[in-house]
Amino acid sequence: MKQKTDVQQGTLALMVLKTLDVLGPLHGYGIARRIEQISGDLLAVNQGTLYPVLLKLEQEGSIASEWGASENNRRARFYRLTRDGRKRLEAETRGWEQTAAIIGRFFEVKPEDLR
Amino acid sequence: MRALRRFLTRLGNFVMRRRDDERLLRETEEHLALQTDENIRAGLPPREARRQAKLKFGGVATIGEDYRAERNLQFIDAFVQDIRYGARMLRRSPGFAAIAILTLALGIGANTALFSVVNGVLLNPLPYPQSSQLAAIYGKTPGVYRGPITYLNFLDWQRDTRTFSSMAMYRNQDYNFIGKGEAERLSGYMISAGFFSTLGVQPVLGRTFRADDDRVGAAPVVILSGGFWERRFGSSPDIVGKSITLNGVSCTVVGVIPSSFTFYGQLRDVYTPIGQWNDPSFRDRRIDMSAHAIGRLEPGITLAQAQADMDGVARNLAASYPEADKDVGITLSSMKEDMVGKVQPLLLVLLAAVGFLLLIACTNVANLLLARSMGRSREFAVRAALGASQMRVIRQLLTESILLAGCGGALGLLLAFWGTKAVLGALPAALPRAGEVSLDSRVLLFTLGVSLLAGILFGLAPALKTSRVNLQEILKESGRGSSGARHRLQGVFVAAEVAMALVLLIGAGLMVRSLAALWRVDPGFNPSHAITFDLSLPAAAQTGSAETRARLRLFDEKMRDIPGVEAVSVTLGSRPMIHDSSLPFWIEGQPQPATIQDMHQAMFYLVEAGFQKAMGIALERGRFITSQDNENAPVAIDIDDVFARAYFPRENPVGKHIHLALFNVDAEIVGVVGHVKQWGLDADPKSAIEAQFDYPFMQLPEKLMPLVADAVAVVLRTKGDPTAVMGPVRRAVEEIDPREVIYAVQTMDEVVANSFAARRLSMVLLGIFAMLALALSCVGIYGVISYLVGRRTHEIGLRMALGAQRSDVMRLVLGHGAKMALIGVAIGLAGALGLTRLMAGELFGVTAHDPLTFLAVAVVLICVALAACYIPARRAMRVDPMVALRYE
Repeated sequence: MKQKTDVQQGTLALMVLKTLDVLGPLHGYGIARRIEQISGDLLAVNQGTLYPVLLKLEQEGSIASEWGASENNRRARFYRLTRDGRKRLEAETRGWEQTAAIIGRFFEVKPEDLR
Repeated sequence: MRALRRFLTRLGNFVMRRRDDERLLRETEEHLALQTDENIRAGLPPREARRQAKLKFGGVATIGEDYRAERNLQFIDAFVQDIRYGARMLRRSPGFAAIAILTLALGIGANTALFSVVNGVLLNPLPYPQSSQLAAIYGKTPGVYRGPITYLNFLDWQRDTRTFSSMAMYRNQDYNFIGKGEAERLSGYMISAGFFSTLGVQPVLGRTFRADDDRVGAAPVVILSGGFWERRFGSSPDIVGKSITLNGVSCTVVGVIPSSFTFYGQLRDVYTPIGQWNDPSFRDRRIDMSAHAIGRLEPGITLAQAQADMDGVARNLAASYPEADKDVGITLSSMKEDMVGKVQPLLLVLLAAVGFLLLIACTNVANLLLARSMGRSREFAVRAALGASQMRVIRQLLTESILLAGCGGALGLLLAFWGTKAVLGALPAALPRAGEVSLDSRVLLFTLGVSLLAGILFGLAPALKTSRVNLQEILKESGRGSSGARHRLQGVFVAAEVAMALVLLIGAGLMVRSLAALWRVDPGFNPSHAITFDLSLPAAAQTGSAETRARLRLFDEKMRDIPGVEAVSVTLGSRPMIHDSSLPFWIEGQPQPATIQDMHQAMFYLVEAGFQKAMGIALERGRFITSQDNENAPVAIDIDDVFARAYFPRENPVGKHIHLALFNVDAEIVGVVGHVKQWGLDADPKSAIEAQFDYPFMQLPEKLMPLVADAVAVVLRTKGDPTAVMGPVRRAVEEIDPREVIYAVQTMDEVVANSFAARRLSMVLLGIFAMLALALSCVGIYGVISYLVGRRTHEIGLRMALGAQRSDVMRLVLGHGAKMALIGVAIGLAGALGLTRLMAGELFGVTAHDPLTFLAVAVVLICVALAACYIPARRAMRVDPMVALRYE
């Protein structure tokens, strides 16, 4: 069970970073919505699990947050990417693309290719 | 990097107690509100919109937990939780907590106190830069391994060495100082120019001596100690360049040394250049004038290399000056070893003793915990049933025991603080470097370590026992654990305690016996009602010997007039256990030896007629020196019986003559007196010069009179309390001449006691530790037996109902205690046989395996152990079978 959340958390963290990179400062709900829109049902349930991930990213210094006013004029916490976070995003994107490419090539392999 | 940052933030959150969940609550609320709005826009009714939003968000509790886990460090949280829980458990049984904490405080306190002493005396480097390069340099002559050095030899050593970067000589020299106020006797050293630079000490003001100060004929100069400068000159910064008058000579102050500077534990007032001293004896290669030397090794040179180098230097000098240096070698010793080497074995014995004490304390607390854990076995069974792992339970129990140890350690630190002060204050003469003992960071670290270790040590066994429970058994049983294994463990603990207490008691017993043996040693003089002090005289370079003699005779006369004074004598040379001085001689009628090195040596005492009575020395033959043995009469001396037996084995020495080489005097032996323990009651007579003779003060050769003109020593015998006459004595001296000063007053009883102060200190401490150990192990035995009796009330009731007599019950309980005690005593005796050998060097007049001590201590310990069992046994005897069977 623990391992599953770890994988999810890692993915989720990358998604959060990318979202903030593309859309700029955003509150938790906004991030959740965006991820939901793009990823389909990965975050359809348990949107709340986003918040521990946000805290972790913040404690690691990849994002920063401050209170601000949301669209319905209530206090909401806005998250933005830090310089550290941008570097991390770049590094992890590269790593992810490499992994994806390798895995992709493996999946493309057909039995007859190996003979 | 990121992980570190995350860790630090979490640690920060933990430390700052940032643990409110408000941020998450607000964010959740905002999230739900936005989602609800969205759902309403999608057409859901408000209530349903809110419900869907909540569903989508997920379990608030789980998320909150994840959130908190991310924010803080969980293991610290758990630790804090354990500590809180532990503290609550301890508060609930204050009696147990108090006993455990006090026991541990005693153990940890004793260890901390002793470690702070070991740390200050043995471990810390001497208070000089690169102090490990410093060495003490001694002259070695047959029979004297660490002796003084003559000045000319020192100069040659200094010139010829290739392993020392510098050397310096020093010699005790006191001065009469007359400033604005009353006359004062200043303590000082004559030093060679490199003294302070060798030690690496910088002056706070001015400069130290240069080579051109350190020679005959240079302008008189002086360096002040910081303390003296403060005391007499109010730390005035313009003192450099001013003059002060020492022994009638005006000396220019060239510098001031930091007030913190000590040398061999001594604080001196003034330092003068030794090279200016023009005394012919001092510049005679054959005559030792009690000067010593230190040196700083070249970087990277070991003591052994330096020793090889200096051996070569000594050989060359022996070849060049056979008459003076034929048998003169050089002994090197690291300065620290030289200062503290003598007390090192003693301190290590004591450290081992407190280590035992702590082990006993730990065992005791472990026993208490074990007894208590039986009452708590249900609690832990329930925890285990609810899913707590064995590790988790052990951690919880260890946290509790470390909490106990922590409290004990804190209290122990306080005890150590007071205890160290009290012990060092009571016996200041016993320890070198005592002033440097303090609770520094290393001691605090030691205490922390010892506390933690103790906590784990006494906590682990009960924790392991407790956590390894058979769930079903305990939950099924109504709380009465049947745990024979635990009783066995308790028995083992008690036996171990008794064994360790026995070792300590035997160690203390041996020390007590040693001290008793020492007190029985006859010092050769009668110390009670005798007092000695030093008297400084206002002498100048031109003071003649007639004037000095007249002054001393006047002093004697005034002393005899004081009521309560029975005898008085001015003295110099050796003084028993205070000062050592020897002279070479040969016996008339035998061939004169070629060199001084070939002559016999004897300790000499410059005395007056009253000396024999004042010191209480026995006269065995002939007569003692009288006032008629004065400067106009032929020289007459008394020898001691060791001298008589060694050099006149089959004849009557009275009437024989000896020739004193350095005095260049023929002396007639007029009497034989009893031998005096010059080197202390416990001294090994084989290594030192034992022959002694008394020489009339007034017959001191003219050339030596200037050496005694500025200060003499005095012994007085009184009718009553010797300290009571010191008031009249001081007044009489004041009347003679206000420039005369009395200092260094000691009763002879104090002198004798100080000669084995270190041994006394260790006896007192060992005694205290042994008593504590005895008390602790009694409490331990008592606790275990009464606990067992309590557990067996039911069984005892049953036995009595079945016809057992009260005496049977008594025997049963006492037998149980006696078995544990006997096993402990047997182990302890075996251990003591091995361990007391380590302290053999500290013993006197008793062997390390003294059967009397071993037997007596074993019997006492068994009796005490049985007494500790007696109270619970009596309680068991009084058990009413009816009550006991209904009990529960």
